[in-house]
Amino acid sequence: MSESQQLIKKEPPKGRGLWKDGARSLRRRKPAMFCFGVLTLYFLLAGFIYLAEFFDWRIGPTLWAEQAGQSYAPPSSKNIFGTDIFGQSVLRKTLYGTKISITVALCASLISITIGVPLGAVAGYFRGFVDEIIVWIYSTLSSVPYILLILAFAVVLRDRTLFGYKLTGITAVYLAIGLTSWVGICRLIRGEVIKHKGREYILAAISYGCNRRRIIFRHLLPNVFHLVIIDFSLRFVAFIHAEVILSFLGLGETERPSWGAMINDARIELSRGVWWQMAAATAAIFFLSLALNIFGDALRDSLDPKLRIQ
Amino acid sequence: MSTYIIRRLLYTIPIVFGVLLLTFVLFTLVGGDISIEIAGKGATQETIDEIREEYGLNKPLFLSWDSQFVNHFKNALTFNFGRARDREPVIDKIKRGLGPSLALTVPIFFGVVIISVSLALVVAFVRGTVWDILAAVICVAGMSIPYLGFILFGQYFLAYKWGLFPVFFSPELTTAQYVALPVLIGIAAGLGRNLRFFRTVMLDEMRNDYVRTAFAKGLTTRRVLFKHVLKNAMIPIITRVVLAIPFLFLGSLLLERFFGIPGLGYLMAEAIGSRDYFVISAMTYISALLFVVFNLITDICYSLVDPRVSLE
Repeated sequence: MSESQQLIKKEPPKGRGLWKDGARSLRRRKPAMFCFGVLTLYFLLAGFIYLAEFFDWRIGPTLWAEQAGQSYAPPSSKNIFGTDIFGQSVLRKTLYGTKISITVALCASLISITIGVPLGAVAGYFRGFVDEIIVWIYSTLSSVPYILLILAFAVVLRDRTLFGYKLTGITAVYLAIGLTSWVGICRLIRGEVIKHKGREYILAAISYGCNRRRIIFRHLLPNVFHLVIIDFSLRFVAFIHAEVILSFLGLGETERPSWGAMINDARIELSRGVWWQMAAATAAIFFLSLALNIFGDALRDSLDPKLRIQ
Repeated sequence: MSTYIIRRLLYTIPIVFGVLLLTFVLFTLVGGDISIEIAGKGATQETIDEIREEYGLNKPLFLSWDSQFVNHFKNALTFNFGRARDREPVIDKIKRGLGPSLALTVPIFFGVVIISVSLALVVAFVRGTVWDILAAVICVAGMSIPYLGFILFGQYFLAYKWGLFPVFFSPELTTAQYVALPVLIGIAAGLGRNLRFFRTVMLDEMRNDYVRTAFAKGLTTRRVLFKHVLKNAMIPIITRVVLAIPFLFLGSLLLERFFGIPGLGYLMAEAIGSRDYFVISAMTYISALLFVVFNLITDICYSLVDPRVSLE
């Protein structure tokens, strides 16, 4: 085969899709990739603790309840972050707290995406009466200050039995956060769907005779879904901080260690000069939030084509 | 113009109705009958019945003129919130907490806004340089520290260890004395987020054509920034400021709890601890009402300033 024939046989260059393009641009951002690595570590740790608890492995984080030294031992080579009042290792408690925080933030995100995205899409697509009802619901929710709303939900849901299932500890926490924080994403999706509704590809889909469910879920949502991911990479931080505040106010996990509960303990400890529990929990939250903030910003810059042009 | 205002006023009715519905669903339907909890352990049936009678928990939920549903609306609209669990009227508690809360939140708020707007201007002035990047890094780092971290370390180092401020509230201190450290902490904690927001506002404004024109005329960067950009950026800044005002009445839950300041945030924290639904419900309603009112004021101000708004 001659060279010219080979050239003809070669397929035309393929265009890259939004996701591939975004991933490529993301890979070029070194700080963002480093943060992605940090995030992966946190998630792997949380997953690993789940596995270890399931199979009953006796390793560091699952043995947090064991005594590792005397009460309030300062940081040493044996216990890197020292011990708390019961002589439990602060390092183990901090590691275990990762599981609680990640679980809460993930579940809360899932709940608010499942509520917010379909409601926003339906409101934006159908408009009219349905739209007015949905807008009324989220305007009502958003007129109550966010933290007060979460607290009100958490207080009421805590220790309540719903559908034969008792809401204890973190279940009430992520339900409260999830049920209150879908408003932002719903508003975002609604606005975006209204914008997309008049575009040619939707008109084309209508002319093919697609039904409305297919148009919304197969055509519209995939085209606005990157906004959901961007929004949640940044909202994740707020969820983690909300969990800390709720645990601190005594509305969170009480039986197992969490970062909020550790900070709550530190309130009394600090006056005795015991700073390590506070420092460990704050550092754990700080690095997770920092990684999420930087990665979320990079994700937005990579996935949002409108921002890239500017 | 007046039709717009009337329509906007009418629109607040369903929102207020919605908030009352929400508090009813949360605290009466889901929360349920808490008379046994109020009466405490080992209370006789008589005491429980008395409490039910007082709070109206023995009335039908719906479908009656004297039902709990109707009374909930009646009480809220007449600002009659009944008594808290320690028998003090809820409204008295709220009135008492308002002063200390405002003394705390107002200085924090204006401190944060003034400092971050001025810094945002400076950062926009040096945009693209090392200083800009440094400021961005510090902002993100500041946003990542949990609020409790700021409070605990601030209290530990500044008050406890170095003794610069009183550690806790006590009645003999003057307002300025007990509020100083919480205000300082509040400003430090809020700065990162706000500076980032105002920097984005400034940079968005700088992409406009009039800025290019101003530069093309040969104006200095300083003149363009302070004379042209700042004036136009005032619109989003004022919106943020006005809409933040209702939140000032809420106080600061965490700061007040840590420093023992008897404001509304402290009241909330206490109510959460004792599961006092009456206080939480009243606070939710009042803060939503304030938010709706201030939202209305902002929109009406907009329609006064910008005739395009009322044409929509």
